[in-house]
Amino acid sequence: MDTEFAQRRRRDLIVAACLAAIAALVPLFVKDVYVQNIMVLTLMYAALSQSWNILSGYCGQISLGHALYFGLGAYTTALLFTKFGVLPWFGMLAGGAISALIAMALGYPCFRLRGHYFVIATIVIAEIALLLIQNWDWAGAALGIDIPVRGDSWLKFQFTRSKLPYFYFALALACIAWFVTWWLEDSKWGYWWRAVKDNPDAAESLGVVVFNSKMGAAAVSAFLVAVGGSFYAQFVSYIDPESVMGFQFSLLMALPAVLGGIGTLWGPVLGAVILIPLTELTRSFIGGSGRGVDLIVYGTLIVVISLALPRGLVSVFSLRKGAAR
Amino acid sequence: MGLLYGLIAAGLALIFGLMDVVNFAHGEFLMIAMYATFFLFAFFAIDPLLSAPLVAAALFVFGAVVYLLIVRFAMRAKANAGMVQIFSTFGLAIVMRGLAQFFFTPDYRSVTNSWVGGKTVSIAGIYLPEPQLIGAMLSIAAFVALYFFINRTDFGRALEATREDAGAVALVGIDKNRVFALGWGLGAALVGLAGAIMAIFFYVYPDVGASFALIAYVTVALGGFGSVFGAFAGGIIVGLVEATTALILPPSLKSVGIYAVYLLVVFIRPRGLFGSM
Repeated sequence: MDTEFAQRRRRDLIVAACLAAIAALVPLFVKDVYVQNIMVLTLMYAALSQSWNILSGYCGQISLGHALYFGLGAYTTALLFTKFGVLPWFGMLAGGAISALIAMALGYPCFRLRGHYFVIATIVIAEIALLLIQNWDWAGAALGIDIPVRGDSWLKFQFTRSKLPYFYFALALACIAWFVTWWLEDSKWGYWWRAVKDNPDAAESLGVVVFNSKMGAAAVSAFLVAVGGSFYAQFVSYIDPESVMGFQFSLLMALPAVLGGIGTLWGPVLGAVILIPLTELTRSFIGGSGRGVDLIVYGTLIVVISLALPRGLVSVFSLRKGAAR
Repeated sequence: MGLLYGLIAAGLALIFGLMDVVNFAHGEFLMIAMYATFFLFAFFAIDPLLSAPLVAAALFVFGAVVYLLIVRFAMRAKANAGMVQIFSTFGLAIVMRGLAQFFFTPDYRSVTNSWVGGKTVSIAGIYLPEPQLIGAMLSIAAFVALYFFINRTDFGRALEATREDAGAVALVGIDKNRVFALGWGLGAALVGLAGAIMAIFFYVYPDVGASFALIAYVTVALGGFGSVFGAFAGGIIVGLVEATTALILPPSLKSVGIYAVYLLVVFIRPRGLFGSM
């Protein structure tokens, strides 16, 4: 049993390395900017969803307010850069650190809540932050922040002529998020989280410090999502409160993980790879009319997948292989 | 305004609070109710006050159909039942918004020259807008009816029993799907009522539901799951808090007060004010 698990983990790592290597080669053949754009978004959502999955999937604390951390990352980077000239690389780390701290500060009261009360608290907290930023004149209020273009450089993490650097950064981010999840899966924390998810009372009685393990999951999750937010701010070079901190975004971030398979290592990746290109393609091919057909297709897809495969798309694969889990 | 939130929340209290099913399309139910009212007015010149029962009846059917087509299967999910409910109803919300955009275009529409729109009535020197007043009265009536319905009728008892233990209920011959379909229908009918009244003084557009839905969730949770009275009290508190916040903070921040009060309440009392779960 133990060795089988170890084998599976080794196989996962090899598969991931191969996939990452193949993904890294794709831009050599695909020169179309539109397609590259979709690939960047796909990788970003894979990373975000993977990070969300740490808290909500593995630890079972469903957060529908993760847009808060995404927005914090985006805003910290953008504000530090535009107001103080701090390089985005530092902004990224600062955003991640701030988000992790805030996640723990919020976790302190919130993690005592259970079920719907917790979910609604996460929504409400993100919504308060959204409203505050929309009314914060120094941070651009509802109009948002336009990040000035200061020429292409890795130092300033700005590239106007090519999307490739963004692609490789997003790939790295997705790999990091995946690897962190992979690594935590077999760590003390990973086992604690799953115990907390399945039955917090039993876990507590067996010596798992439930509260601390939730805090740990929240901090890791928030840090990674904030880095994603920082990346997004640089990528689109314009952010406004609704687009980076809105409630819709919290749901969109969770969607790949849920459809792919919540609480699984490959779920978020699989979900993002299928969902994001589909979203973007429907948006550009049938959404142009502005009449909402893309929404109808997209929404139907979500309903059908979530009803047909409650364990997510990964369950299709594990069934075929005859694996127990 | 608080009582109107109460009316929107009443339907949700039934679905979310009493049956413990998440409905992320609640705001979109409100949206189609408002559209239905608008079109009945625009094409057939039926005043919103008269069309309210029609809209409620239509929404009743709609709610029951949504349950039978989607939610029934979401509840049957063996894994991640909560997430399946959240995202299947969220998907439904997106579809409904898309359909509204497709058929009704994203334009803002409003009912003009209805019987009570824009009129005010003076009670003991205080001027109140008539539509809101009617909404408030309807809201109280709806809650009283709901309260008796849940606590005094066989159906209400069946509903609660079904949530508690669907298996045992089946043994005594209650069809779970029938009870819940009726529950969804009733919940949707209440939203239909709210939508008809709101159409009198609020613009109708495809995304109108989103802003009200979140406040409705907060109202239900604030009052506590499993309690009709809680949702009613939640509605009043939300209305009062919103009015008070609007006095202190700029109007764009008025919801912050509501959200802050929710957090304060659940941090002190994790089950909401009157919750039993």
